[in-house]
Amino acid sequence: MKTINIIDYGLCNIHSVKSAITKLGYKPNLINNINGLPSDSKIILPGVGSFANGISRLEEMGLIGSIKKHIDNQGHFLGICLGMQMMFEKSSESKNTKGLGIIKGEIDLIPNQYMNKTHKVPHIGWNKLTIDNNFSKSIVKNDYNVYFVHSYMAKDVDSNNIIATCEYNHIEIPAIVKYKNSYGCQFHPEKSGETGLDILKSLLDI
Amino acid sequence: MKIINGFCAVLLNKYMSSNIRLISRLDIKGPNLIKGVHFEGLRVLGDPNDYAKKYYIDGIDEILYIDSVASLYGRNNLSDILIKTVSDTFVPITAGGGLRNIEDVTLILRSGADKVAINTAAVKKPALISEVANKFGSQCMVISIQAKKISNNKWEVYTENGREKTGNCVMEWLTKAIKLGAGEVLITSIDKDGTKNGCDKELVKAVSQVSPIPIIASGGIGNLNDIEEIIQYSKADAVAMGSILHYKDYTINEIRNFLSKKDINVRTYENY
Repeated sequence: MKTINIIDYGLCNIHSVKSAITKLGYKPNLINNINGLPSDSKIILPGVGSFANGISRLEEMGLIGSIKKHIDNQGHFLGICLGMQMMFEKSSESKNTKGLGIIKGEIDLIPNQYMNKTHKVPHIGWNKLTIDNNFSKSIVKNDYNVYFVHSYMAKDVDSNNIIATCEYNHIEIPAIVKYKNSYGCQFHPEKSGETGLDILKSLLDI
Repeated sequence: MKIINGFCAVLLNKYMSSNIRLISRLDIKGPNLIKGVHFEGLRVLGDPNDYAKKYYIDGIDEILYIDSVASLYGRNNLSDILIKTVSDTFVPITAGGGLRNIEDVTLILRSGADKVAINTAAVKKPALISEVANKFGSQCMVISIQAKKISNNKWEVYTENGREKTGNCVMEWLTKAIKLGAGEVLITSIDKDGTKNGCDKELVKAVSQVSPIPIIASGGIGNLNDIEEIIQYSKADAVAMGSILHYKDYTINEIRNFLSKKDINVRTYENY
């Protein structure tokens, strides 16, 4: 049975991610250190919480350098929600906190206005993904919806790093991003029904 | 796909908001799912996990657990129910009822909840709202407000499951809670809860006029027209349903299809 390592840094819905991994037939392994893991290990960085808190937890646990090294060496990595956001350079959420800097771009508040029309932030709910043609078949077979819950989003992201987006009141939100063999999901695949589990499986099997 | 300052390069014609969320509200007492009327006369309906699983399979968008006796650390507590639910239910879960401090919130989130709904503790100590928002993000902090109508267009905030008056005006309290960092509001009408007599649509409408954050309307939904009204007239973003689902008045599919026909956007659900 394939093992999926989940970084437990105290700030996430660890049970949900664990259950989803188990349901998919993998063995979840909670870790707080990635030194010594074989380079072909699969690692998930989940996350609910604020950017600054997340980064400082990773710093305290001495994980920043080792995560970067793992990704640079073509290691497999999947960041979910805050875990995805932390892959970027910085966030305006708390005084421009620096992120892992794996993908170019920054995290900023979702604009709550479009053409003088105000809409709700946080963005909470089920939206359809628009998936890059090169990936669409390998990631998801249909146009069913996935679950988002976030106030911040990735901005100024190079299109080469974007696999999927969702549209929220005319704002195009990067929903799946990639760099080398690392991936990030803004939505929660572990909370997006059977469609979400399918996506999670394809991102883990890549 | 090119993104310029976060906006789509190509403007689309249709105004796309998130789909309206259909939420099943499960009130818990100890190990049991219960349902009362006006929060009283509680009746035991069964195992909450069985109901949650069934609603998940039927295509519910979200699950809301409210622990009516706040038995967080007793036997059969909310955390145990959550751990069990997330093992086979892969939709978001909001949990609340008796969460008193950041430690309680942390425990509940680690057990599998995605969001916490806080009422009494937030009224007693509003700083808790900021504390939760700062640690876990605003999107995680649902301010739960139990409202009782006192006169035309005026509602009072109640705590302790509708037992305690606070003297606070709902709209003023909501505005304050949003400033402190609440990311979503769960508004429950005490007058309507469990009655299946229709929602307090004026209450929810008044809330939506002051709220820049998503609104979950709860209390009193008895038929499909009530759901339509609370969305179209009152502008709720999500509807929490208890009795009409528990007593099998409608299936989730029937609700979804009805709303679709009324041109209300709902999640496309996979029939696996």
